[in-house]
Amino acid sequence: MKTVKSPFKFKGGVHPDYNKELARESAIERMATPAELVVSMSQHLGAPAKCIVKAGDFVRRGQLIGEKNGFISVCVRASADGQVKAVEKRLGPAGGMADAVILDTTAALPEDLPPVEPLKPLDWKNATREELLKRVEEAGICGMGGAGFPSAVKLNPPPGKRCEYLILNGAECEPYLTADFRVMLERADRIRTGVEIMRKILGMPAVRIAIEANKPEAIAAMEKAFADIEGNVEIVVLPVLYPQGSEKHQIYATVGRVVPEPPALPIDVGCVVENVGTVAAIADAVEKGEPLLERVTTVSGDAVANPKNVLAPSGTKYSDLLAFCGGTKEDAAKVISGGTMMGFAVSSLDIGTTKTTSGLLFLTRKKVFQYSSQACINCGRCLRACPMNLNPAEISKAVESDDIKTAEDAHVMTCIECGACSFGCPAYRTITQYCRRAKNSIRARMAAERAAAQAAKAANP
Amino acid sequence: MKPKTTESHLVLSSSPHTHAKSSVSRIMLDVIIALLPTTAMGIWFFGMSAVWTIAVCVSTCIVTEALCRMAMKRESTIGDLSAVLTGLLLALNLPAGLPLWMAVAGSVFAIAIAKQVFGGLGMNPFNPALAARAFMLISFTGPMTTWLKPICRCKCDAAPDVLTMATPLATMKRLFGHDATASATPHFQQAIDSLPSTWDMLVGNMPGCIGEVSAIALAIGAAYLLWRKVITWHIPVSFIATVYVYSLIAGGAPAYMQVLTGGVMIGACFMATDYVTSPITAKGKLIFGFGCGLLCMLIRQFGGYPEGCSFAILIMNAICPLINRWTQPKPFGAK
Repeated sequence: MKTVKSPFKFKGGVHPDYNKELARESAIERMATPAELVVSMSQHLGAPAKCIVKAGDFVRRGQLIGEKNGFISVCVRASADGQVKAVEKRLGPAGGMADAVILDTTAALPEDLPPVEPLKPLDWKNATREELLKRVEEAGICGMGGAGFPSAVKLNPPPGKRCEYLILNGAECEPYLTADFRVMLERADRIRTGVEIMRKILGMPAVRIAIEANKPEAIAAMEKAFADIEGNVEIVVLPVLYPQGSEKHQIYATVGRVVPEPPALPIDVGCVVENVGTVAAIADAVEKGEPLLERVTTVSGDAVANPKNVLAPSGTKYSDLLAFCGGTKEDAAKVISGGTMMGFAVSSLDIGTTKTTSGLLFLTRKKVFQYSSQACINCGRCLRACPMNLNPAEISKAVESDDIKTAEDAHVMTCIECGACSFGCPAYRTITQYCRRAKNSIRARMAAERAAAQAAKAANP
Repeated sequence: MKPKTTESHLVLSSSPHTHAKSSVSRIMLDVIIALLPTTAMGIWFFGMSAVWTIAVCVSTCIVTEALCRMAMKRESTIGDLSAVLTGLLLALNLPAGLPLWMAVAGSVFAIAIAKQVFGGLGMNPFNPALAARAFMLISFTGPMTTWLKPICRCKCDAAPDVLTMATPLATMKRLFGHDATASATPHFQQAIDSLPSTWDMLVGNMPGCIGEVSAIALAIGAAYLLWRKVITWHIPVSFIATVYVYSLIAGGAPAYMQVLTGGVMIGACFMATDYVTSPITAKGKLIFGFGCGLLCMLIRQFGGYPEGCSFAILIMNAICPLINRWTQPKPFGAK
């Protein structure tokens, strides 16, 4: 095991204010289960889970309430004992509506309620690869860094593809967020165990632990935890640069490989990237039989009385998280689920946390900028900032005039929506939003084309 | 009052939720700041007539911009400072002593015709100040090519009654141009002697446009813009290097003179680097600068005018969309 500096630097990137000092010193605090949980069936990338409980049902902590629904999907388990108040469409952080189980955790469970068969602890050293993979799937684990890609799918490369590098994402380049930082500090041994389990599942790939240089304590903690590990393991210190935590850029920064444009995945270049929190969750799922029912969320921002890193059950409402952190000390003008670069501004505090809620920010008017966009002056700052080397200026101008075709020709589907272009735009153009608009419109068109093709096939078999 | 986080107060917007705090007006202000040294040198050498030209151009541009926006029923854009910059740049590209009504006409043309007709800042295909200068050169050829002799600030060799004189470029063209007529005459040496010394070329003690004469002041301004990351090195370097290398190969007047006289310095650092009318990628900028330098030298060597810098940039402005199309960046991971 050795520590090295990142040997490759990707093009572009920006330096937003990190504001991590607000929460970085506060140790992870466990929050008591709130009276009501809003557990979404859509906590991950891919098809939402299929809800298998109904209003009135009593559930126990760890009980399956949503079944995996398709290949790219993840099951959902109850994050506390309680009674299902309702199963209804609820607002998600990204603005969409999805089925959610509303759980009343104060209800007394009937005495004749059968116990739930818990997941048994597994001895991973002697367990088979299939057993371990099944466990990751049963435990409902998905990537906890952002997109929520199902971990069991990631850990099971398709035939013909082999994982040569397992990359641990500890970059945490989003401003304000310190959840991964605290996990690396406080749960280093879990990460170590998780890595060994994942290495076993993936056939002993080399391991790269990627951490931004502004987290020396985390680097030290990882060095200590991995000091005696065998094999090709390196801690890669990344320069402080947003979006260092982006999967593709992290792969480039650590091993110098370039993931081709979508739909290519990291495994196409022999890499699997997993967030450090996810790795710890995998260790708990295997060693302790503990499904993914809770996570650390950074509650921060200049409006919060006591910024904290909170360990809360999945489905904890934003309002309960805020109350746990002492409420607001000043009026919040914006509430963001996630970080300030890629997070979602939310309109309600009734939304429940999910497996991917890495942060919840409450910003005062001072930190919230409102503006009117001006015409593009062609300055090229967005091109220089774009880590995907796109031409955001051209895309934004095309989408502004509803010319989606030009945006598509300019590779807008390759955009990772990191926000670096809008961040530096002197004309305050909402370039990232234009890119999103184009991508959604292209996706909708592709889906329509697929549906039409299927209908045609069905009509003329 | 107890702090409240009521949902009706929450701002909703697409990410990112933070900004680098750069702005168009700050960029324009930076360019104006970068032009102050050369403005000061222009005023030093050409006196009050330069002050008047600058004042008239800047104020006319501001008023024209305001009137145009009102006529088009659009929001005022005075605050972005682009009109101020256009006025200043135009004035710096005019000879001192030009009748002020011509400066007014040029400024109106720059803002109304070259900029607002196309939709305002960001939409204009040609650099407004240069488009106006071309318009004025054609319309008022005489006054636009009458050059005030710099005010004697130290020892004066020339007769004090001489008020105007030829620019070094005109002299050079007469001496070294492809149809040079002077080389055989006994006046050759005399003409050579009339060229400014290298020092005078550097500080700007020679006839020319108000803002183009002082190479040192322009270089200081360009350095400021590079430091502030307002411009990149690509256009100035490829433009000036092309002029230099071309003159080395073509012979004639010394290469450094081609760079230090005429509009090359102000053109390469301030006119060709105009965002709106220059390519957006680094590769495109290199091609653009090369084209400007090449056209500038071709006009200087073979054209009817002694100076071709502004026309060169205008022609390249026209090609800019094509260059942008040629030099689209290759996305990370694309084949």
